[in-house]
Amino acid sequence: MKQVLVMVLTLGTVAIISGGILSRVNAWAQSLITANLDATTEQAVFMVQPAGERYEKVEGVDFTVYRVFDSDDRFVGYAMVYEGTGYQGTIRLMAGLNEDLSQIVAIEVLEDSETPGLGALINEEKFKDQFKGLVTSPAITWVKGAAPSMPNEVQAITGATISSRAVVDIINEGVAELRRSLVE
Amino acid sequence: MNQRMSLGKEYVKGLWEINPIFKQMLGMCPTLAVTVSAINGIAMGLAVTFVLFFSSLIISFIRKLIPSQVRIAVYIVIIATFVTIVDLVMKAQFADLSRAMGPFIPLIVVNCLILGRQEAFASKNNPGRAVLDALGNGSGFLLALFALGSVRELFGSRTILGFAVLPETFQPWLIMILPPGAFVTLGLMIAAANEYVARQRRRQRETVLAGYKRADARSPLERAGV
Repeated sequence: MKQVLVMVLTLGTVAIISGGILSRVNAWAQSLITANLDATTEQAVFMVQPAGERYEKVEGVDFTVYRVFDSDDRFVGYAMVYEGTGYQGTIRLMAGLNEDLSQIVAIEVLEDSETPGLGALINEEKFKDQFKGLVTSPAITWVKGAAPSMPNEVQAITGATISSRAVVDIINEGVAELRRSLVE
Repeated sequence: MNQRMSLGKEYVKGLWEINPIFKQMLGMCPTLAVTVSAINGIAMGLAVTFVLFFSSLIISFIRKLIPSQVRIAVYIVIIATFVTIVDLVMKAQFADLSRAMGPFIPLIVVNCLILGRQEAFASKNNPGRAVLDALGNGSGFLLALFALGSVRELFGSRTILGFAVLPETFQPWLIMILPPGAFVTLGLMIAAANEYVARQRRRQRETVLAGYKRADARSPLERAGV
């Protein structure tokens, strides 16, 4: 009986001390972690909306969308975070759209776990720049091997068609979803 | 550890003699996963060394108070506490590095190298020795990860620690930054380490045998009466 008591007491004491220390560390770190996340978001928003100066979250949409304003406080467009399935895992990206959602300003990949050297090339400027000024209606499509000829086409990355297609699909779906939400 | 080692030896043994990667083969999971670049290797090595140092220190201090039935549970709680601290600090101060490490920082909790050192060493030795042993093993781990990360980064992305080393004309070997590259590189490094040890041992034996031959015309086996 005494042995059991000692065991429980030891384990309990260690756990309480550990919990106390961790709550202290957490209290200190949490604000910094939130600040880091905000900084990352801010950086991405201004990357996909180069004219942006200020942004606010759009309420009532079940994914993250920001309204972006320029230095004269004029509304320039939206920045939305949308995700979907890539080749190996989730691709999360941010797309900047103009004020009536008819054109893409720029896109930025926030998170991916695509194959290095192949699918991960969606992070390269060469691929992302193709989306600048792309028309969103009709929906964006992709071509293989040849340079795009239509204003709504991008060229898929050689050897990473699935990843390229995933990015296109995510954007199309996101834009459609955003249109629906904004009309409501 | 019945015979007392010198304190210096307690540290140095972790670097090579019982190197966690090349000799004990412990902590292989983060080793293979994060070493796509030298800087990742260093970060993981430092994180593990930090956790190892403080866990060993504290466990060695309270080693006589812990009932042996719950010792593993107590070790895990202590290790998890320090791992969580590392994880939070990295997220707060080194966000990019933390993202590159992914889930492998929280996973240090189950790194068998750390639990192994507690069970095999810190729970049986005084805090001074435990800390030296922890630092030695941590350094050995860090060096191994740095070496592995450097090789993979060199051939996989032409750089070491971000500095271009190989010329632009060198086509990076993609496989080096993919999982197979980790297995192949680590395998070759362990093979080289084993070959080195085997050679050293052979040379030692030959020296001893030659010594016997000089002292006595008979072979040592004969003298032993075999």
